[in-house]
Amino acid sequence: MSGYLLSAVCFIPALAALIMALFLRGDDDAAQLNAKRFALVTTTVTFIISLGILTQFDASNTGFQFVEEGEWLVGLKYKMGVDGISVLFVMLTTFIMPLTILASWGVTTRVKEYMIAFLMLETLMLGVFMALDLVLFYLFFEAGLIPMFLIIGIWGGANRIYASFKFFLYTFLGSVLMLVAMVAMYSDAGTTDIEALLTHEFAFETFSLLGIQIVGGMQTLMFLAFFASFAVKMPMWPVHTWLPDAHVQAPTAGSVVLAAILLKMGGYGFLRFSIPMFPVGSEVMTPLVLWMSAIAIVYTSLVALVQEDMKKLIAYSSVAHMGFVTMGIFATTQQGLDGAIFQMLSHGFISAALFLCVGVIYDRMHTRDIDAYGGLVNRMPAYALVFMLFTMANVGLPGTSGFVGEFLTLMGTFPVNTWVTAVACSGVIFSAAYALWLYRRVVFGDLIKESLKTINDMSMREKVTFAPLIVMTILLGVYPALITDVIGPATAALKSHYDTALAAAEAATQHASN
Amino acid sequence: METIILFAPLIGAIICGFGWWIIGETAAQWTATGLLFLACLLSWVVFFSFDGVTQQIPVMRFIESGTLATDWAIRLDRLTAIMLIVVTTVSALVHLYSFGYMDHDPQWNEGESYKPRFFAYLSFFTFAMLALITSDNLVQMFFGWEGVGVASYLLIGFYYRKPSANAAAIKAFVVNRVGDFGFALGIFALFFLTDSINFSDIFASAPTLAETRVTFLWSEWNAVEIVAFLLFIGAMGKSAQLLLHTWLPDAMEGPTPVSALIHAATMVTAGVFLVCRMSPIMEFAPHATAFITVMGAATAFFAATVGLVQTDIKRVIAYSTCSQLGYMFVAAGVGMYSAAMFHLFTHAFFKALLFLGAGSVIHAMHHEQDMMNYGNLRKKIPYTFWAMMIGTLAITGVGIPLTTIGFAGFLSKDAIIESAYAGGSGFGFWALVIAAFMTSFYSWRLIFLTFFGKERGDKHTHEHAHESPMVMLIPLGVLSLGAVFAGMIWYNQFFGHADQVGKFYGIPVAEAHADDHAKDATNGDDHAKADDHGKAKDDDHGGDKAYGGDHHYAFVGKLGEGALYMAPDNHVLDDAHAAPKWVKVSPFIAMVLGLALAYLFYIVNPALPKRLAENQRPLYLFLKNKWYFDELYDAVIVGPIKALGRLLWKGGDGSIIDGFLNGVAMGIVPFFTRLAGRAQSGYIFTYAFWMVIGIAAFVTWMTLGGGAN
Repeated sequence: MSGYLLSAVCFIPALAALIMALFLRGDDDAAQLNAKRFALVTTTVTFIISLGILTQFDASNTGFQFVEEGEWLVGLKYKMGVDGISVLFVMLTTFIMPLTILASWGVTTRVKEYMIAFLMLETLMLGVFMALDLVLFYLFFEAGLIPMFLIIGIWGGANRIYASFKFFLYTFLGSVLMLVAMVAMYSDAGTTDIEALLTHEFAFETFSLLGIQIVGGMQTLMFLAFFASFAVKMPMWPVHTWLPDAHVQAPTAGSVVLAAILLKMGGYGFLRFSIPMFPVGSEVMTPLVLWMSAIAIVYTSLVALVQEDMKKLIAYSSVAHMGFVTMGIFATTQQGLDGAIFQMLSHGFISAALFLCVGVIYDRMHTRDIDAYGGLVNRMPAYALVFMLFTMANVGLPGTSGFVGEFLTLMGTFPVNTWVTAVACSGVIFSAAYALWLYRRVVFGDLIKESLKTINDMSMREKVTFAPLIVMTILLGVYPALITDVIGPATAALKSHYDTALAAAEAATQHASN
Repeated sequence: METIILFAPLIGAIICGFGWWIIGETAAQWTATGLLFLACLLSWVVFFSFDGVTQQIPVMRFIESGTLATDWAIRLDRLTAIMLIVVTTVSALVHLYSFGYMDHDPQWNEGESYKPRFFAYLSFFTFAMLALITSDNLVQMFFGWEGVGVASYLLIGFYYRKPSANAAAIKAFVVNRVGDFGFALGIFALFFLTDSINFSDIFASAPTLAETRVTFLWSEWNAVEIVAFLLFIGAMGKSAQLLLHTWLPDAMEGPTPVSALIHAATMVTAGVFLVCRMSPIMEFAPHATAFITVMGAATAFFAATVGLVQTDIKRVIAYSTCSQLGYMFVAAGVGMYSAAMFHLFTHAFFKALLFLGAGSVIHAMHHEQDMMNYGNLRKKIPYTFWAMMIGTLAITGVGIPLTTIGFAGFLSKDAIIESAYAGGSGFGFWALVIAAFMTSFYSWRLIFLTFFGKERGDKHTHEHAHESPMVMLIPLGVLSLGAVFAGMIWYNQFFGHADQVGKFYGIPVAEAHADDHAKDATNGDDHAKADDHGKAKDDDHGGDKAYGGDHHYAFVGKLGEGALYMAPDNHVLDDAHAAPKWVKVSPFIAMVLGLALAYLFYIVNPALPKRLAENQRPLYLFLKNKWYFDELYDAVIVGPIKALGRLLWKGGDGSIIDGFLNGVAMGIVPFFTRLAGRAQSGYIFTYAFWMVIGIAAFVTWMTLGGGAN
C-alpha cells in the first residue's frame, strides 16, 4: 500500500467523483444529502490517509520520497513523489478540502455536480504538488482550472461569466507560454523527468534576439515563460485583477479553495521550477520580481483600504500577502525561502477562514456589502471572536501563524535589498488599517439595521468548520517548528543548489570571456 | 517560579474568558484576579531574592530558520525583576479595583456579561506584557510588544458600541504599527549584522557593530547608530513620543482601570524598557542617543503644554503620562538608564494612583469626565481626595531639596533632571525644568478644579456623588504607599553611589586608578572635569556625605554582564551627583512656581484663566487642539492615502490594467461573450473548456512525440 500512497491519496477523490457520477441518481433532498455526506467522507478519509505521508516522511532526506514511476498512455511517463517543499502543500490540500465540503452544506442547486467538481479539483490540485513529470504536471496544472471555472461559472454570483472569462484569459496566456518553454526544455534535456531536469543545466550564455541582448540567455527566456504562468496564478501585481472578480463571484467554498490552495501553485511553481532549474534566469530577474512584490504589497493594501465589498477586500489582502511570498522566494535566503513556504501554508488557513467568515454572514444576509452590516457582535459573539482572531492573524500578529511568514520573508529580504524590505514592511501598517477598519464596520458598533436584528450566531456546523483552522493558526504561530522542521532541510538544499549553480555559471562566464 | 509568574495571567485569561459560562461570572473574575495576585506575590519574592546574576530559562522552541534560532525563554535580570513587580503589582491592584469600577457599567444593558471579558482582556494584557519584559530575544519581545498592542486595542475599544471608542482603538493599533515598522526593521538589521537576535549575542557584538558600516536605504550608516535609531522608532510608538503620540490621549476612551494599567503604568513604558534593555547598543550610538534625548525632552515639553488647557480629567493625566515618558527617555538618552528605570518604577505607582483616583472621581460623578463640571468634591469623596493629593504631591515632586527625603516623584524626577544636566544636554535640562513647572501647574489645576472651589455642572450629579467601595479604595491605598515611599526606599539602588547602583544591576564597579588617567589621554579632560566636580561637591554638598568622597568610579561590566551596560567613560551618574546646587534645586523651584500659579488661577481668582484664554486666543486654541497634530495628520497622511487607494483601484486596476487587458483581448472578448451568452442556458460552456484543454494536451503530445524523434 505504502508504495502507492501518493497515488492513493491523489486519486481517491477522483474515484469517489466517478462513483458519484455513475451511481448517484435523483436530485431530491435525500440524494443531495447523500452527495454531501459522500463527499465529506471521501475528503476526510483522504486526509486521514494523507497523514500517513506526513508521518512516514523523512525530513532529513532532501530528495524525493514515496516516488512512483510508470508508463501511461502513448509513452508518457507517470511519476509522482514529494519532497520537503511539496509535502506540506499536499497536506494543506487534504486538510482544507473536508472543510470546504462542510462549508458547502447550504448549496441546493446541482449538488451532485458541485461535489463532483470539488472532488475532481482535489485530485488535480494534489497532482500538481505530487507530479514529477513535466507533462503530468502540466496536465494537472491546467486541468485544475476546469473545475474552478465550473464552480465559478455555475454556482457563482450574478456576474460570474465575466469573472470566469477574465480568469481564463489571464491564465490561458500564461499556460501557452509555459507550454512552449516546456517543449524547449524537453528538446534541450531530452527528458520530462523533473528529478532529472533539476540537475540539468540549461544554457545561460547571453545572446541577442531581434537586437535585444538577453542576459542569461535561454534560462531567462524560459524563466519568463514560466513566470507568465506562475505570476498570474500567485497572483502578482500587475496581473492580479482577475482575483478580486473571481473571488467575488465564486461561492464561498470556491473562494476558500482558490485562496487557500490554488494561489499556492504559483509559489510552488517558482520553488519547483524557476529557482532550481533556471538559476541564472532567476538571478537576472530577481530585482524586478522583488520590486513587483514590494509594489504588490503596498499597492493592493492601499486598494484594500477603500473597498466596499468584503470579499474584494480580503481578495486584495490575499494579493498583498502573496507579495511577501514572492519576495521571500526571490530573496533566495534561507529565511526568505522558509518564510515564503510558511506564509503560503499559513495564508492557506487564514484566508480560508476569512472567506468562511464572509460566507457565514453572506449565507444569512445575501450581501457582501460592508455597509449592510454593523454591530454584529451584539447578536453573534462567537462569530465576532472567530472573526477577530483571523483578522489579527491576517494582520500578522505574533502568536498567530500569519506573523512567522511575514517576519521571515522580511528578515530574509533585508540582506538582499533594504529598500524592498522597508517598502514591504510598511505593508504591515496598511494591513492593520484595512483589516481593523473592515472588522469595525462589520462587527462593532450598535446594531441599528432592522435587517440584522434577527441574525443568528454560528451554528454547530460552522463552528466545527472553523475549529481546525483556529487550532492550526495558533499552533503554528506558537510553535512554528512544526513546519520549519519539515521544510528546513529542503529549502537549505534548494538554496545551496541555487548558490552552487550561480557560482558555476559565473565561473563559466569568466572562463569564456578569458 | 518565573514560569508561573509568566503563565498565571494567561491561564487566568483563558479560564475567565472561556470558562465563565461554566463556573460563573464572579468565580471567573476571582480566578483571574487570584492568579494575578499569585504572580504579584511571586514577583516580589523574585525581586528580593534576585542576586544580580542573569539567568535564562528556556521554555519552548520558537521560530527557527537556518542560522536564526529563537526560543520562548525567560531572561531574568534586574531589569526584568523591576518590571515584574511593576507590572504584576499594578495589574493585580487594577484587577481588584475593576470589581468596583466595572460593576453596573452604564454602557451595558441589563444582563449582558461584559465583566468576564474585561477581566480576561486585562489578564491577557498582563501575560503579553510579561512576555515582553521576560524575553531573552527580540522576537519574543516583539510578540509581547504586539500582544500588548492587541490587548490595548481590545480594551480601548471595550465599549464597542461607541464609535469614538472604536476609532480610538484602531488609531492606537495603527499608530503603534508605525513604530513597530521601525522596530521590525531594527530586528532585521540586527539579525543581518550579528546573525542572531538573542540579547546576549547582540550585546557581545556591539563594539564590532560600532565599527561596521551598513547600507540601509539611500545611504551607508554606522551599523550601531542605525540599529539604535530603528529600535527607538518602535519605542516612540509604544511610548507615545512626539510625532507618534496622537493615539495615547484618544486611548482614554477605554475604561479607566485600563488607562491606569496600560496607558500609564506598564505598556507605555515598554519603549523606555526597550531602550534600557538595549543599553549595550545605545552606549555605542552617541548620535542615536542624542536623538532620543531631544525627542524625549521635546515630548516632555510638548505634552505638558497641552496638558495645561485640557478639561477632561483623563486627558490631563494622559498628557501628563506622555510628558513623564519624555523624562524617562531623556534619562536613557544621556546614558543614565538607571534613572530612567527609577522614574519608570515610581511613575508606575503615582500615575496608576492618579488614574485610579480619577476613576474613583468619575465613578462618584456618574461617569462625568469634564473637570468643568466638578468642584468642591473633597468632602464628598475624602479618601479619593487624599489619594489624589498624594499622587499629585508625588508627580509634582514634593520633597526637601538637597536631601533624599520626599515623595517618589521628587527623587526620580530630580534624578533625571540632574542627569540631563550632567549628560550635557542643555536643551534637555531646560525643557525638563520648564516641563516640571507645567506639570506642577496642570496637576494642581486638576486638584483645585476637582476638589476645591464651587460645585459646577449638574446639581443632581453632585448631590449623589458618593465615595467608592472598598475594593476601589484598597488599591488606592496601596499605590499611595508606593507613591510616598518608593522613591526614598530604593533611591540608593537606582541613583545612589556607583557601588550601590552597580551592585543592584549586577555590574562590576571599579575605582579608576591614577595610572588610567595618564594612559587614557583622550579621557583626560573628562577626568579633570570630574576632579573639579569632586571638589565642588565637597564644598556644596555638606548633606550629601552618603555619596562618599572621591567618585572615580567606573562601570566596568563586560557587555551583557548585569542588566545594564554603561561604558567605562560614562560618568553621568557621578557628574549628576556633583551637579551644582542651583541645578538640583531648580525642579523644586519650578514645582513651587507651578503650584503658586495654579493656586492663583483656580483658588484666588477663578476668573483669571478665562480672561487669559480670551486674551491669548490663538495660543489657547493651539494648545487646546493639541498643536493640531491630528488635523495635520488627517490632511497630510490619512486623506492622501485614502485618495491614493481609490486612485490605484479605479485608475490603476480599473482603467490601466483591466483596460490594457481588454485592449489586448479585443479580438477574443466578443467571441467569448457571444459564447457566454449561450453558455448560461446550456452546457456549451463546459464543452468549450474541455475543448481548449483537449487542444492543449494534443499539442503537448505532438511536440513531445516530435522531440523524441
